[in-house]
Amino acid sequence: MSIKVQNISKSYNKIKAVEAISFEVNEGEIFGLIGPDGAGKTTIFRILTTLLFADEGTASIADFDVVKEYKSIRNCVGYMPGKFSLYQDLSVEENLTFFATLFGTTIEENYDLIKDIYIQIEPFKTRRAGALSGGMKQKLALCCALIHKPKVLFLDEPTTGVDPVSRKEFWQMLKRLQQKGITILVSTPYMDEAALCDRIALIQKGEILKIDSPHNIIEKYDKTIYDVRAKNTYQLLLDLKSYTSRYSVYAFGESIHYTDRETEFDSEALKKYLEDKKHTEIEIRMTKPTIEDVFMDL
Amino acid sequence: MKRFIGFVTKEFYHIFRDKRTMFILFGMPMVQIMLFGFAITNEINNVNIAVFDQSKDSETQQIINKISASKYFKIVNQITHEAQIESVFRTGKVKAVLVFEKDFIQNLQNKKTVKVQVITDATDPNMANTITNYINAILQNYSQEINKNVKPVYQIQTQTQLYYNQELKSVFTFVPGVMTVILMLVSAMMTSISITREKEMGTMEVLLVSPIKPFQVVIGKVFPYIFLSIINAAIILLLGVFVFEMPIEGSLFLLVLESILFIITALSLGILISTIAQSQQTAMMFSLAGLMLPVIILSGFIFPISSMPLPLQILSNIIPAKWFIIIIKAIMLKGATIQTIWKETLILIGMTVLFIAISIKKYKIRLE
Repeated sequence: MSIKVQNISKSYNKIKAVEAISFEVNEGEIFGLIGPDGAGKTTIFRILTTLLFADEGTASIADFDVVKEYKSIRNCVGYMPGKFSLYQDLSVEENLTFFATLFGTTIEENYDLIKDIYIQIEPFKTRRAGALSGGMKQKLALCCALIHKPKVLFLDEPTTGVDPVSRKEFWQMLKRLQQKGITILVSTPYMDEAALCDRIALIQKGEILKIDSPHNIIEKYDKTIYDVRAKNTYQLLLDLKSYTSRYSVYAFGESIHYTDRETEFDSEALKKYLEDKKHTEIEIRMTKPTIEDVFMDL
Repeated sequence: MKRFIGFVTKEFYHIFRDKRTMFILFGMPMVQIMLFGFAITNEINNVNIAVFDQSKDSETQQIINKISASKYFKIVNQITHEAQIESVFRTGKVKAVLVFEKDFIQNLQNKKTVKVQVITDATDPNMANTITNYINAILQNYSQEINKNVKPVYQIQTQTQLYYNQELKSVFTFVPGVMTVILMLVSAMMTSISITREKEMGTMEVLLVSPIKPFQVVIGKVFPYIFLSIINAAIILLLGVFVFEMPIEGSLFLLVLESILFIITALSLGILISTIAQSQQTAMMFSLAGLMLPVIILSGFIFPISSMPLPLQILSNIIPAKWFIIIIKAIMLKGATIQTIWKETLILIGMTVLFIAISIKKYKIRLE
């Protein structure tokens, strides 16, 4: 077992940040912590990277205890904090060299591991890290976290503030790292990224709501979701919320996702109801549930 | 060791790439020493004075000539009425008025005693005091000259002699003082800021989750500043010696060793501050308010410690700068050897050990 968390609780000045969390991550797995801001993701990362003590519970990384054997853990994990944490006044190359020497290695030694990523930022290797774009910063940070060939990689919201194209590339990189046998614990507030993990834990308010593979989570979802569109989306949301047999209604991109309490849902009746409310261009379609739909339901 | 060298290299990059740091490191010492050396001074030079001579005889003329011949005074005004005295002070053009009584020469010959009045503008009390003393000295000198042939009945003569700084040059106290302030400030402030910067930028988090040991981080932070502070001390000493003609009576080697000791004391204080302060701003406030003022006021740099109220005198003992100023003055002006300053040296060493011990105890290997 690569990461083992048992009943971890942590509070800051009586405010519970994480409560009785347990999960396990297998070797070579990409495990995602999915949840909104303030769900306690960063706290979990900090406890696992030996930066914080948990109030209760135990955890181990690569069979090392996070409290007693913190020194061994610090040798074998790579950590990329949520906030960009490299030296802004050092160039790309200098940052990478520094982190390599910090871990007692050299860029050349583990070049094959970072090659795919580094090649993209290499043209800018003399540029100061502070002057890089968001996506480049993340790539550099990932290189720095990888340079010592860690067994476990901790990535705290690595794609926050990064453009969609870079995000996609970033996940492709993670998949390649996984093939090299690195266990990855990643957190993200983006539900679409959840589907790219092997297994995910949905967290909210410091508690884990569900742990499973994204596929199973969607599979087990028993409600039928209708994608409802109309010209005036905001009014549509309000009107759907006052529909008597509604179960849940929430905005989903440009449309509204709607689920009904009845198993025998009559879309015509809803359409008529909306027409009476003077909606135009009404579209009601069945759609496949996503992680976000599951999350909204929890 | 490789790790340590890598860390120190990174620190040097930080220092040399930050213009503000570079200015504080090398601009400030020069500006300060020039300011203190040239602008802020207790000496008087070319002070404007007025003369109200009611006698206008050969004797008073001689005294006036003697005074105006000195480089300290310049006679800019001759007063004819008593009422004018007040008005010349009001204009602020003169700092003192010298009044000779009527029938000066006659009184001198008949009564053997004459009166000269010195009126000074005491809005600046130090200045007024100095002016009075200087004029007194000139008059004293003159009366000795005219008494040369007369045998006095009984006379006690005080003979004052100033040791170590015969000309009472204020530069002699400012150079050691400025050197102390600068070393304290640069060393303590810069290290505390550079450690808290890591915390603030979040890089401390990454450093903690790495095999680097806490003492390597601390020593790695301090090391470049020891080096730069020594350069700084050298610049100040060179300026002191070559621009202000400050003597170094004692051993230069001892002076350098003591300076390095003080630099290390200040650096360890900086590390201590950084273990308490969470942000660069707090560290800066700590260093400025907590160090700068006590160093300037309580170290004996500007105000003599012996004339402070007792509580402040006691408090001044915990200021490292006080001990360093004693040491450096003793070496530079009195040519002291380690035999005379071992006590102060020991106090500085003790403080350093204490600061480092507290810092290591308080250094956090985690975030909280």
